[in-house]
Amino acid sequence: MLWLIFALLTAAAVISVLWPLAKTPRRAGRDEIGVALYKAQLAGIERDEAQSLVAPEDAQAAKAEAARHLMAAAEAPVEPAPAASPKRVWLASVAVLIFVPALSMSLYAIIGHPELPDAPFAARLQTSPAHMDLAVAVAKIEAHLAQHPDDGRGYEVLAPVYLHMGRADDAVLAAREALRLLGATAERNALYGEALVSAANGVVTAEAKQSFDAAAAKDPSAAKPRFFLGLAAEQEGDKARAREIWGKLVAEAPQDATWAQVLRKRIAALGGEPGESQDRLAATIEALPEAGRLSAIRGMVDGLASRLAQNGQDLEGWLRLVRSYMVLHETDKARAALIDAKRNLAGDPNAIARIEALARELGLEG
Amino acid sequence: MIVETGHYALVLALALALVNSILPVWGSIARDRRLMAVAPPVALMGFGLVAYAYVALTTAHVVSDFSLVNVVENSHSAKPLIYKITGVWGNHEGSMLLWVLVLSLFAAAVALFSRSMPQDLRANVLAVQSWIAAAFLLFILLTSNPFARLAEAPAEGNDLNPLLQDPGLAIHPPLLYLGYVGLSITYSFAAAALISGRIDAVFARFVRPWTLIAWISLTLGIAMGSYWAYYTLGWGGFWFWDPVENASLMPWLAATALLHCTAVMEKREALKIWTIFLSILAFSLSLVGTFLVRSGVLTSVHAFASDPTRGVFILLILVIFIGGSFALFALRAGGLKQGGLFAPVSREGALVLNNLLLTTCCATVFIGTLYPLALEAVTGEKISVGAPFFNLTFVPLFIPLFILMPFGQLLPWKRGDLAGVAQRLTVAFGAGLIFMALLAAWRGGPAVSVILSGVALYVLAGSFVDLGRRLFGGDISASIVSQRVRCLPRHAFGTAFAHAGLGVTLLGLAATGWGAEKIISLKPGERVEIGPYELTFESVVPGNGPNYSELVGRTVIGAKGAVVATIEPATRFYPARGMNRSEAGIATLGFGQVYMSIADVAANGVVNARIFWKPLVSLIWIGALVMAFGGCLSLSDRSFRVGIARRARKAQVPSPQPAE
Repeated sequence: MLWLIFALLTAAAVISVLWPLAKTPRRAGRDEIGVALYKAQLAGIERDEAQSLVAPEDAQAAKAEAARHLMAAAEAPVEPAPAASPKRVWLASVAVLIFVPALSMSLYAIIGHPELPDAPFAARLQTSPAHMDLAVAVAKIEAHLAQHPDDGRGYEVLAPVYLHMGRADDAVLAAREALRLLGATAERNALYGEALVSAANGVVTAEAKQSFDAAAAKDPSAAKPRFFLGLAAEQEGDKARAREIWGKLVAEAPQDATWAQVLRKRIAALGGEPGESQDRLAATIEALPEAGRLSAIRGMVDGLASRLAQNGQDLEGWLRLVRSYMVLHETDKARAALIDAKRNLAGDPNAIARIEALARELGLEG
Repeated sequence: MIVETGHYALVLALALALVNSILPVWGSIARDRRLMAVAPPVALMGFGLVAYAYVALTTAHVVSDFSLVNVVENSHSAKPLIYKITGVWGNHEGSMLLWVLVLSLFAAAVALFSRSMPQDLRANVLAVQSWIAAAFLLFILLTSNPFARLAEAPAEGNDLNPLLQDPGLAIHPPLLYLGYVGLSITYSFAAAALISGRIDAVFARFVRPWTLIAWISLTLGIAMGSYWAYYTLGWGGFWFWDPVENASLMPWLAATALLHCTAVMEKREALKIWTIFLSILAFSLSLVGTFLVRSGVLTSVHAFASDPTRGVFILLILVIFIGGSFALFALRAGGLKQGGLFAPVSREGALVLNNLLLTTCCATVFIGTLYPLALEAVTGEKISVGAPFFNLTFVPLFIPLFILMPFGQLLPWKRGDLAGVAQRLTVAFGAGLIFMALLAAWRGGPAVSVILSGVALYVLAGSFVDLGRRLFGGDISASIVSQRVRCLPRHAFGTAFAHAGLGVTLLGLAATGWGAEKIISLKPGERVEIGPYELTFESVVPGNGPNYSELVGRTVIGAKGAVVATIEPATRFYPARGMNRSEAGIATLGFGQVYMSIADVAANGVVNARIFWKPLVSLIWIGALVMAFGGCLSLSDRSFRVGIARRARKAQVPSPQPAE
C-alpha cells in the first residue's frame, strides 16, 4: 500500500512535466499586455491632467512617451513560431523520466523509514496490555492517577517500574503515596526504602534505614530489607554488623539465586567467610535417601509455588520454580508455571525476556 | 502511513523543483515554448506535494504521533487542539516547512493568476522561484527534517514552549511568512527580468500586486508579533529593537520603498534601477532575517534552533542568492534604457527621496542589528545595541519622512511647485500645530510626545488633503461627489489610508509618554491608583488548564467609584517543560489600555505586580490595520485588471463587459 502511494505520487509528478511537453504550445501572440498597459497609461495621464495633477505641457510630453511605447508594443514583430524541436522535447522527457524517480527514490532510501508505521497516541493506548510498550503503560497509569489520585494500587504498580526506568525521584513519590494510601507492609516499606536509596545514588539514608527497619520488623525473613540494612552497616563502616546480616541472608538464600553469589563476594570483600549454610543445606538434602530427598525438594517447591500464587511479582522465584519442576521431570507443571510467570510479569519486558530465555534453554518454547 | 508518504512527497517536491529550475530557463534561452510551458503545471504540482507533506506533519501533530522526533520535542498529548495545529510551525523544522509551503503557494499563484504575462517572463519567474524552493527543500531534508523518526516512540512529548502556546502564534508566523516569502516573488521577478533583459512598465505592472500582498502581510505580521510580545512577555513593551524584530522590520522598509517604486515605474517607466535594486534587497533582507532567526546566532525567544550545520547551510544559500542576484544586477544595470524624465521637485523626485530615506533607515537597522554580532565574532566582546541607538538614528530619519509624506502625495508628476503644495497643506499644518498647542496646555508633559502627536495629526490630515481636494474641490453637490468617488481610482484611497495608518500608529507611539507604570507588591483587597483609574486587587484564585495550572489574580478596575472592567492577570505553570509564563490582564478602555501582570505569588496571596496605564496604546496596532486596509484598497484597484479585461474581450463573452 505504502509503495503503491509512492508510485502514484511519482507518476503524478512525472506527468506534470511530461503533459505540457506533449501539448502543442499556444501560438505566440502580439504583445497584448504591453498594448493594454500603455493604453491604460495614456488614459491615466489624461485623468491626472483633468485633475491638474500634472501640468498640461508635461502631460503632453508624458503622453508622447507612452504613445511611443504603445506603438512599439503594437508593432512588435510576432515572434516566428520556433521550429518544432522534437529532439529537445524527447531529450527533456527522457531526462525527467529518469531523473525524478531516481533522485526521489535514492534520497528517500537514505533518509526515509518506510518500515516504521504511524503511531498515533490514541491507537497506542488501545493496544492490548500484552503488546503495550512499557512507556505507554506507564503513561496510561499516570493518566489514571491524575484523575484518581487516591488509587494507591496505581502508585504501588508504578513505583518499581519507575525504579526500573531510572526515574528514582518519581519512584520515591509513588512509593510514598502507596504507603500512605494502602498502609504499611513489609514490601511497601522495603520498596520505599529502595526508592530512597536509588534517589540518593545508592546511599542508604537515615530515612531509608528507618523504612527498612520497619520492613524487617514486619517480615524478618524478607531478603530485601536485610540486604539494605547490611549495606547501611557497611556504609557506616560497621563491617562486623554488615557481615553478620549478610551472612545470615546468604545462608537462607535459594541455591541458584544470583544475588546470593554477588553477596558472597561482597562478604568476602569485607573480609569474612562466605556463608556455608547453603552448602550445608544442600549437603543435608544430598545425604537423604532417594525418596526422602525428592519429597524434601518437592516440599520446598510446593512452598515456592504457593508463595508465587499469592504474589506473582518475583521473577527469580518463577525462574527457580520452572527449573525445579524440570528437575522433578514435571514438564507440564513447568510449562504452566512459565505461562503464569509471563502473565504475572507482563508489564516488565526484561522479565519476559528472561523467562523466554529460560524456556528456550529448557526446550519448553511454544 | 501518512507520515512516510508525506516525507516522500517532500523528497519528490525537491526533484520537481530541480526540474523546474532548469527546463523553463533552457526553454527561454532556446525560445522553445514547450519547455517554457512546463513551468506552471510543475509549480502547481510542487505546491500540491509540499502541501501534502505539510498536511501529513500536521496530522502527526494532531494525533500525537510520538514516533516523530518533531512531535515529541514540541507537542504533548494533553495540549489543546489549536496549539497542536499551530505547534507545527512553532518549531524550527515545522516553520521551515511552512516557509517552503508559502514559497510554493506563491509560485502556484503566479502559475494560476498571471496567464496574460509574457511567457518568457513567467517561465523565468517560476524557474527562479524553483531555485529558492530547491535550496530550502534541500536544507529541510538534509539538516532540519521534520519527518525524522524514532523506532521506540516515547509515551509523552515535551510540550511546546509555553510562550508559544498562544493565539498570537496562530496568526503571527503565517502572516509574517506570507510577507517574508511573498518578497521572494518580487525577487524572482527582478531576477527573471534581468535574465530576459526586459525591464519595463509591463514588468512593473505584474510585480506590483505581489509586492502589495507581501507588504500587507508583512505589515499585519509585524503588528501581530508586536502585540503578542506585548501581552505575553509581561513587560508591557511592544517593540524591543530585538534582532528578530529588526529582521522583520528591514524587509518591511525595503518593501515599502519598493511599493512606491513600482508605482512610478508602471506609470512613467522611471526608477528602473531602484525597482530592481529594491526587489533584490527586500528579499535578501528576508533571507538575512531567516538566517538570523534560524541559524541560532541569536539567542532569544525566537531562536529555537542552534545547530551550526544549519547556520552554515543557510549562510551558503544567502551568499548564493544575494551574491548571484547582485552580480547579475551589476552586469545588466548598465544596459538599462533611461525611462521617463523628471525634475528634482516632482512626484518622482519625492519618491526618490523616500527611497533614499527608507534605505538609510534600513541600513541603520542593519548596522544596529549586525554590528554587535560581528563584534562578538571578531573580538568576542558582547555589546548590546538597544533602544538608545535606534532612538538616536532611526527616529531622526523617520521624522523628515513623516513631514514629507503629504508633500509626495500632492506633488504633480514630472515637475512640481513646492510652494503651491505647501499652500495646499496649510490645513494639515494648522491641524498639527493647534493639536500641539492643545496638548501642551492640557497635559503639558514630555515635549517629545507633544511634538510627535502634532506630527501625527499633520500626517493624518495631510493624507486626506489630496483626496479631499479631488472629491470636494470646485462647486459640489452630493451627486457630483458620489460620482467622483466612483471615478477616482481605488489606489488613491489606498494611498490615503495607508499614509493615515502611519499617522495613527505615530499617535499611539507618541502617547506612550503620558503613560504611567507601577511595580508594587499587592495584598488581596489592596487598592492602587494608575492613571485615571483605581485598581482593586481582589484575590488569587487557582485554576487548571488542559496542560497547565494557573494562579489568577482577579482585579477590578474602577473610575470615579464605578466599576469599568475586570481583568484576570495570571501566572501559568506548564509541568511538561517545568516552565512558567505570565498571562497579562489587559482592559481596553477607549483607545488606551490598563495592563497588569503578576509574578511571585506568595502563600498568603501577596503578589508582585506590574501595572501600566497606556493611553492610546491600541492606536499603534489599529494604525497597522489601517495601513493594511489601505494596501487592500490599492490591491483591488482596477488598473491591476488590465490584462484580465483584455482576455475577456478576446474570448468574446456573449454579454460584453463595460469598457474599463
